[in-house]
Amino acid sequence: MAAQPALNTSMINKTIGSFGEAVADIFDGACIMIGGFGTAGMPDQLIDALIVQGASNLTIVNNNAGNGETGLAALLREGRVRKIICSFPRQVDSQHFDRLYRAGQIELELVPQGNLAARIQAAGAGLGAIFTPTGFGTRLAEGKETRKIDGRHYVLEYPIAADFALIKAREGDRWGNLVYSKAARNFGPIMATAAKCTIAQVGEIVPLGALDPEAIVTPGIFVQRVVAAPSRDRANAA
Amino acid sequence: MPRKLNREQMATRVAQDIPEGAYVNLGIGLPTTVANFLPLDKDIFLQSENGLLGMGPAPAQGEEDDELINAGKLPVTLLSGGCFFHQADSFAMMRGGHLDICVLGAFQTSIYGDLANWHTGAPNAIPAVGGAMDLAIGAKQVFVMMELLTKSGESKLVERCSYPLTGLLCVSRVYTDLAVFDLTAEGAIVTEMVDGLTFEELKGLTGVPLRAAPVLRPWSGS
Repeated sequence: MAAQPALNTSMINKTIGSFGEAVADIFDGACIMIGGFGTAGMPDQLIDALIVQGASNLTIVNNNAGNGETGLAALLREGRVRKIICSFPRQVDSQHFDRLYRAGQIELELVPQGNLAARIQAAGAGLGAIFTPTGFGTRLAEGKETRKIDGRHYVLEYPIAADFALIKAREGDRWGNLVYSKAARNFGPIMATAAKCTIAQVGEIVPLGALDPEAIVTPGIFVQRVVAAPSRDRANAA
Repeated sequence: MPRKLNREQMATRVAQDIPEGAYVNLGIGLPTTVANFLPLDKDIFLQSENGLLGMGPAPAQGEEDDELINAGKLPVTLLSGGCFFHQADSFAMMRGGHLDICVLGAFQTSIYGDLANWHTGAPNAIPAVGGAMDLAIGAKQVFVMMELLTKSGESKLVERCSYPLTGLLCVSRVYTDLAVFDLTAEGAIVTEMVDGLTFEELKGLTGVPLRAAPVLRPWSGS
């Protein structure tokens, strides 16, 4: 069955004209989730706009802690980040994080990757906490409450929620529905659920109804703003 | 001194134990090379923690795609029938016990199956864990692939790990360049050794209690 055209289709429009407008209200001290695994799925143009906007003292949730000189690495380089919650900060090209960490200028909360995902998902799903087997008996569970359930040990972990999520998708529509590109999907769908305001950088804004409802990955209810970023790859390829 | 297996020979050996139809995660580093030795005529499903199932080999030069990478952030391809998914699904595959096998590298493994592979514990080291702890406790079988000895000759198969743990009692088998060990609650059982190595020599090298399997297969890595 084809989706029926909605009535009053001119009413709701989550698309924003510029990256600057999209991030204008991000405040000092905000907690921001940033999608991406390394640079795949990193919403680099939203981050560039955030650097220009100037918010500082930020808490960032990401899988990594920046690669090279762009995106999250640039935000770190500019000294805007107070704390980072991530699973894998140390990389060959994480020089800006490494410097800040060794100088004691950034706080690190290291979280196993699956616990990071589960805690983000828990926040988005309205759960008060989760019991996870990951990390039991290790340094990363020290001091945390544990419980034995059906003979297996679990660690109590709390949700991670954010004020904003900056994510990257391949296509979006003006209701905020999103589809992603390959392995750049990674944290986008779960971060979208866990932030008060989710801002999606998309390669293309498509008309309502153009996305197959069976294949929409992130329903628009989880997305507040959509900004078009003509793909740099496509521009390069053309 | 017996001839140690090289990395390709170790990867060949591990690949022989991965059956058709298995859902498998290969860790970063040495375990990744196992993919190069899997039989092409069998369907084996490689999972990558960043959100791929049915991961294929590296692309031809010039065909790389920044959005099609593996857990080590290197370019890969997707096989026909492969798919993408988000992080919560990816780690549900691990934690939920849906992966049949994962192969991980290690700094140390205890003879009872404790794993240490995420942190040296050095005071100035920057810790990073990624998916290691989820894989260690999640996959139905956890294989470790490592050189048996450190560069200074200390055994990485130990009675008790001195490095910070990744997971407790999670490793079932260790493939090394000198021998293969099955790990149990009662300790390590040697199942294979390279040609030219005796069981007594192996015990001397590791310095840990070992038992020999009833049939101890010699193996040259071919």
